[in-house]
Amino acid sequence: MNLKEWIFTTDHKRVGVLYLIGSIAAFVVAGIMAVLMRIELTTLGPTITDSATTYNVWLYVHGAVMILGFQIPALTGFAANFGIPLMIGAKDVAFPRLNAFSVWLFFMGVIMALLTFVVPDPPDIMWTGYPPYSITTSGNTALYTFTVLLIGFASILAGINFLTTIIFMRAKGMTWNKLNIFTWTIAGSFVMQLIYVPVLGVAVLLISFDKYLGTYFFDPAKGGDVLTYQNLFWFYSHPAVYVIFLPFFGLLMDIFATFAKNPIFNYKTAVYGGVWGIVIISGEVWIHHLYVSGMPDWLRIGQMVTTLMISVPVGLLTISLVGTLYKGSITFQTPMLYALGTAFLFLIGGLTGIPLAVTALTVNLSETYYVVGHFHYVMAVSGTLAIFAGVYYWFPKITGRMFNERWGHIGFWFHFVGANIIFWTMMDVGVRTGLSRRYYDWAQWPEVANEQMIMTVGTGILAIGFVIMLFNWLLGAIIGAKAPDNPWGSASLEWTTTPCAPPHGNWATPPVLADDWSPYAYDKRKG
Amino acid sequence: MLHKYSRLWVAGIAAMAAAGSAMAGKYIPTTDGAIIDPAAEWDGLWALVLEDITVMGVLFAIVLAYLILKYRRRPGAEGGGAVKLTTGAAIAWALIPAFIFLADDLFIAVRGWEVWNVQRTVPAERLEIKLESSMYNWEYTYPNGVTTDNELKVPAGKPVLLRMTSSDVVHTHYMPDFRIKEDSMPGRVTYLWFYPQKPGKHLVTCNEFCGDGHSRMSGSVVVLPPEEYAAWYEREGAKLKQAAAPASPIPSGEAAPAAPPAQDKSV
Repeated sequence: MNLKEWIFTTDHKRVGVLYLIGSIAAFVVAGIMAVLMRIELTTLGPTITDSATTYNVWLYVHGAVMILGFQIPALTGFAANFGIPLMIGAKDVAFPRLNAFSVWLFFMGVIMALLTFVVPDPPDIMWTGYPPYSITTSGNTALYTFTVLLIGFASILAGINFLTTIIFMRAKGMTWNKLNIFTWTIAGSFVMQLIYVPVLGVAVLLISFDKYLGTYFFDPAKGGDVLTYQNLFWFYSHPAVYVIFLPFFGLLMDIFATFAKNPIFNYKTAVYGGVWGIVIISGEVWIHHLYVSGMPDWLRIGQMVTTLMISVPVGLLTISLVGTLYKGSITFQTPMLYALGTAFLFLIGGLTGIPLAVTALTVNLSETYYVVGHFHYVMAVSGTLAIFAGVYYWFPKITGRMFNERWGHIGFWFHFVGANIIFWTMMDVGVRTGLSRRYYDWAQWPEVANEQMIMTVGTGILAIGFVIMLFNWLLGAIIGAKAPDNPWGSASLEWTTTPCAPPHGNWATPPVLADDWSPYAYDKRKG
Repeated sequence: MLHKYSRLWVAGIAAMAAAGSAMAGKYIPTTDGAIIDPAAEWDGLWALVLEDITVMGVLFAIVLAYLILKYRRRPGAEGGGAVKLTTGAAIAWALIPAFIFLADDLFIAVRGWEVWNVQRTVPAERLEIKLESSMYNWEYTYPNGVTTDNELKVPAGKPVLLRMTSSDVVHTHYMPDFRIKEDSMPGRVTYLWFYPQKPGKHLVTCNEFCGDGHSRMSGSVVVLPPEEYAAWYEREGAKLKQAAAPASPIPSGEAAPAAPPAQDKSV
């Protein structure tokens, strides 16, 4: 294994692994920021830093790197790259060199984000970068702009690549209704990326124009408008939630099917109602991020209705997920444990979003710890656990070896318990006291001292869970037992037709599928 | 039931019309009837929605837990036993849940819309105060020109309307006890109203990230008994006039030097 081979690789599996390494590294950095912030908030007044700006920089890095450097690349980078060609029976993606270019653009973006730690005036503008603050601050807004542009460009290229791959490179006999549900969710995600990423690119470019080139797109004194940015930003960044949600839910469903040995419950409804329903509604709900921003009253009500309607496709997907267990033959290896934990936590995350869809409730809840708790349940807990479930699921495919099952379970329980302690407490204090987010200190709320301590303890527990998992992966990759070709007994193409780990090109000749083939054909294997 | 919903439709169309005219100008809808406290409305709506999502969450969690326990792998079993849904069952499993979710959404939306109308319709009988926010200060201007910083004094029993703007970045005037907030930003005037009923002191805090002083940008709403408020308002108003009075003769140079003392007496 030499370094040059990895740097110049065009093999989709290796590109996927590069995405995985980059995104886990990003998770570690952004996670350390979270730990620092939690320690800072443990006591009233300065704890480990007496500079609010330092705290704000941690907060910026945490948000921007977790979303742009970890969640989106781990799902649409790692999981899509590693899984899709193997699942659809393609020897590689449609444009392998473009794919290699995407991953290196992504690395450049992450490096750009990490420059925050070395430049004299690091960005302190939150991951949202709202003007006028992002324009008037002494912080370096350009780093934010270029981070977003680089990673966004990588996403657009990957979108073209994967949609082409899925449309034109499926194995003979793999009709649309025989795709893994994960493949559908990746297709949905990339359709959204292609539509919305350019809008975000414009938004972040214009704040740097305003700041460095003396334009005034967002300066009302010269005819600009502050809210234009917020509209452009959320026009992408709400769909971005579904860009993350869809693939993580697709992963969960495929893992459920494999470990319950069942087909996806009501597959066509999940695909055409659930996945594509979300893609269609995704672009009409962004105003719920501007419920208290002086938007016209009728628009705030109109998008309350569209936002609530998201519960229909999400509800259909959830029924398909839960229904997949019905009459199953469930085993509880580590990937399934992570997937089941995610399903419970997503119930909490999804349902606590319903009050936030209601404009009349959001006028009290927005920008409090309730919101922070809610979206961490969706993104930081469900999304992250699902990504980790996916890594465990494909671990034998990636490395050709097995991880330690017992430590896998132990790591999961630390992570699960820690996450609940932090984020349940967050929602609770938010709604009871109105504790505001993005606060370096909390002198206005002396009554939340115990909760602050509890959340910091929870963070420690979660961190232990992550470290256990990371060591389990590293040790498994080096000294783990050789993996059998299909350790989970899955019926999906990547497990039944390729060895662990598959060679470059995956198959000497791509598989041809029989009429009755399905990635979920378990009933015939019974007995 | 039908009657109730037809009223809602009418209210809906009226609200759309009001919203349309709100876009056209600075129109703020008003009501002359009994004053409904938006904070109490918020509490009622929160309780309702919380009940709704708790029921749904518990139902799903029970089903999920039951399936996990019931369908653990039995010794000897290999594949799962799910059979393909018939076309009819598949359609039923799509449409029936979809309609249940949609019905629940509309139920919440209708209640949410009613409360929203209370939150955005300001009683005609009200105290109007201008707010200009800046890093990191709230400046309130009363109808008689009196200004205060970071302390909003209001009389108990009278709705208060804040017309807000900002001189630098985006801030949010958040009053947790009154369950209301709205952004203030440069170049726009936004509004919110609340209904203080009992004397007391309540927190005001900035809710939109605005710089390194964000976490200490806070103040208070001080609700005074009406007489006490009136006395303070008159006193501060008088002080303001007094302070302004000596300055007035200077620009109007033609005025007789004897005039200022006479003006002072009249105050």
